[in-house]
Amino acid sequence: MEVNEKIAVDHGLKPDEYKKICDLLKRVPNLTELGIFSAMWNEHCSYKSSRLHLKKLNTKGKKVIQGPGENAGVIDIGDDDAIVFKIESHNHPSFIEPYQGAATGVGGIMRDVFTMGARPIANLNSIHFGSTQHKKTKNLLRGVVKGIGGYGNCIGVPTIAGQTCFDQSYNGNILVNAMTLGLVNKNKIFYSKAAGINKPVIYVGSKTGRDGIHGASMASAIFDDKIEEKKPTVQVGDPFTEKLLLEACLELMSDKSIIAIQDMGAAGLTSSSIEMASKGNLGIELHLDKVPCREEKMSPYEIMLSESQERMLIVLENGKEDSAKKIFDKWNLDFAVIGKTTNTKNIELYFEKEKVANVPIKFLADEAPMYDRPWKKTKLPQKIKFTNNDFKKLKLNEVIKKMLSSSNICSKQWIWEQYDHTVMGDTIQKPGGDAGVVRIHGTRKAVASSVDSSAAYCYAHPLTGGKQVVCESWRNLVSVGAEPVAITNCLNFGNPEKKENMGEFVECIDGINEASKYLNFPVVSGNVSFYNETKDKGIKPTPTIGGVGLIKDYKDLMTMRFKSKENLVLVIGKTEGNLDQSIFANIILDEKKGPPPEINLFNEKNNGETILKIIQEKLALSVHDVSLGGIMIGALKMCIAGSKGIKFYKFKNLTNIYQYFFSEDQGRYIIEVEKNNLKKVESILKKNSVHFDLLGETTDKEIIINDEPTFTVDKVTEFYKGWLYKYMS
Amino acid sequence: MNSSVIIFPGSNCDRDMDVALKKFGFKNKMVWHDDNKLPKSDLIVLPGGFSYGDYLRCGSIAGKSKIIQSVIDFANSGGLVLGICNGFQILTETGLLKGVLQQNKNIEFICKNIFVKINNNKNKFFENINKDVLELHIAHNEGNYFCTEDELKSLEDNNQIAAYYCNSDGEIDEKSNPNGAIKNIAGIFNEKKNILGMMPHPERMIDQSLSGEDGSIFFENLLKNLK
Repeated sequence: MEVNEKIAVDHGLKPDEYKKICDLLKRVPNLTELGIFSAMWNEHCSYKSSRLHLKKLNTKGKKVIQGPGENAGVIDIGDDDAIVFKIESHNHPSFIEPYQGAATGVGGIMRDVFTMGARPIANLNSIHFGSTQHKKTKNLLRGVVKGIGGYGNCIGVPTIAGQTCFDQSYNGNILVNAMTLGLVNKNKIFYSKAAGINKPVIYVGSKTGRDGIHGASMASAIFDDKIEEKKPTVQVGDPFTEKLLLEACLELMSDKSIIAIQDMGAAGLTSSSIEMASKGNLGIELHLDKVPCREEKMSPYEIMLSESQERMLIVLENGKEDSAKKIFDKWNLDFAVIGKTTNTKNIELYFEKEKVANVPIKFLADEAPMYDRPWKKTKLPQKIKFTNNDFKKLKLNEVIKKMLSSSNICSKQWIWEQYDHTVMGDTIQKPGGDAGVVRIHGTRKAVASSVDSSAAYCYAHPLTGGKQVVCESWRNLVSVGAEPVAITNCLNFGNPEKKENMGEFVECIDGINEASKYLNFPVVSGNVSFYNETKDKGIKPTPTIGGVGLIKDYKDLMTMRFKSKENLVLVIGKTEGNLDQSIFANIILDEKKGPPPEINLFNEKNNGETILKIIQEKLALSVHDVSLGGIMIGALKMCIAGSKGIKFYKFKNLTNIYQYFFSEDQGRYIIEVEKNNLKKVESILKKNSVHFDLLGETTDKEIIINDEPTFTVDKVTEFYKGWLYKYMS
Repeated sequence: MNSSVIIFPGSNCDRDMDVALKKFGFKNKMVWHDDNKLPKSDLIVLPGGFSYGDYLRCGSIAGKSKIIQSVIDFANSGGLVLGICNGFQILTETGLLKGVLQQNKNIEFICKNIFVKINNNKNKFFENINKDVLELHIAHNEGNYFCTEDELKSLEDNNQIAAYYCNSDGEIDEKSNPNGAIKNIAGIFNEKKNILGMMPHPERMIDQSLSGEDGSIFFENLLKNLK
């Protein structure tokens, strides 16, 4: 088939991009070459709209071993131990086929981590669905949860934490972001940079089929009415093969035969071979008829663009082929020498002795388009003036019930009970806490991890929202007693060709960057997902932050459950009473305007560090950060977790009880303290100039507000835990 | 005491079991499914996981693997065999234990703490545990035990039901049945009671920092009974 502009456009390339290809090559590419260009130059692989802005991110820190640019980021946690971690989106496939889309998302991110030589030790996920009233939501939720569980459970890696949101902006475009943490010896990390000429290039793992051809291009396109027709471009996962691949790769990595290794993720064999060669400034020669295929008569074009799962490409030391093959034979996996590294700096493809493609690698990587897309700044919205009239008709106990059983606050136990969260025997904080925590096997250390997003805040004001998500992640780690170390980000946005969406992206990044710098909480890995829109309707800007922190001795783990009655409960950080963009304003007052709560980075850092000090001094019995739903929901969650009640003291300063209880002012924590430790805690707080209020004291079972027993803890537990089960049954 | 844990491709609780056995004093060896011979052992453990991807039926391919004939011979000569979760499924597939494990009634994977009432009468596994109810942990998609009426009768008559799902007070009720298993059955013995298959994972409950510690009671007692 003769290639022309129309075929190029069908491949997702713009006419001027096609022209650039012809100019670079000084000829018209053949179909296989065009396919390779389209895969390498699409948004998903080339980051053409985002690269310019991602460069600004704060990626350096004392504990950073590897920042963005590799399969995953790596941080040092002492004693030669390092944590490899990354988050990645699988949004488009999950909307089309929720089970396989979500499952292969989990599989893909785990491969990114074990490609670097790390054994995965924890999975997390952040999932966003449309309104709970939307007809597709239930099935999508069920399918995604089954898919995430189906893959992670089978591999035997615990899913330790997650986040679930419902909002109508995801009605036609759900988000599935999966994160994995792996453990590696810091002297035995594997990278994707090839080195040396005439080194064998090895294909291992599953056979190649026709599934997922152009998956990366689909991920870079907008959905229309015909999305169902895209089903064949969704990959199919096989966690059993991945488990074998994991064990076989780790076995091969225990000696020194691997020079470079790269998993075949988006754009399969194309991107993996080109990335390895490009990083090593080498050429690569592949013989495609040697690629193990599971379907007949696959063309070079199809082989290069297939996104079949559970495959890896390895550049091996010469002479190690036989010993490596033995390992893959033992695990019943395909192993084929399919080519070699060369000094041509071109990718050269052969099929049945015929040369079918020959392209300089720098055209595919360095010459990929980079756009400085026009973008629009979002103004800070006017503050809403709430008056006592707004609250007049409300009954506090009804508000509490409605809030606790609302989709974005209620317990997500229905979801995480379907994930194996205890396999590997090191999960010391399971889902449902502020962050998941796993021990570093055989040591006293533990790592904490949390995933967070705040689309409502980011939509109202991207700059503030971007800062807020990073701070939220920081607070969740602090709350379990972990020292925050670094983050990974999954940037889910609408169409970058629209000024508004591009502006949301740019300003969210600025916000993330500002908070990340101030908190010394660098970004070490991440992924961008654009074009999250269906029929012109974009999602709310949703940067998801995955944070990782270190607990030096796992016995010092802090939890949010109230421990016993008659202890004091303190709110750390100042309550200003801002209701704009709070869940309360949204679902109780039906007020969706206004600015998000302000972020004061000085207070954020100071309050967090002071909380860590109080935990280290063993003065706190329980700790929880104040987030969605404010003090009231935060305190009740602590009651529910510990099966205790609380007596709220009369509040002062603010005029209105709703503002006091439900405002989402930032930088706050709730802590439980023994009465006779109050003086010590007070002195630490005062010394660090941290504001605090006495909120109340714990009781046996009763929730007492304004001196009246309002609920028992069992009743609020029912509101909190019951909703999702009822919704899904 | 010497124990052996068999690793099938797709096993994923093998390390956890190894850690637990060693913690309580077993000398444990890992055995690859493709081996012919078992090392000298006082206890053979088939661990949890997804052997051979659980393709065809859970445990069915493992039930035909190379090592399994040695396990059957070992069991038939009176050796102690413990199958947890996928291990239990494999034991039913070999015919060493009666019945089958079907998909959970709610067709969802379940991971949580549960209580079981144990049969601590005349068997090496639970004898001398002076607690009737243990808090253990389950994580499975196919734990819904089923057998024919005749099989059930003989299991009951011969005291072969090893553990029932129950509430924290030991009452065996519908509400405490996590997966729809017939008669709340969580685990069973063979006739001679040298083989135990059960869905709950004692190896995940061996440390107060984890979900609980009742698994420790199980392993400590097992070692004592074997000495």
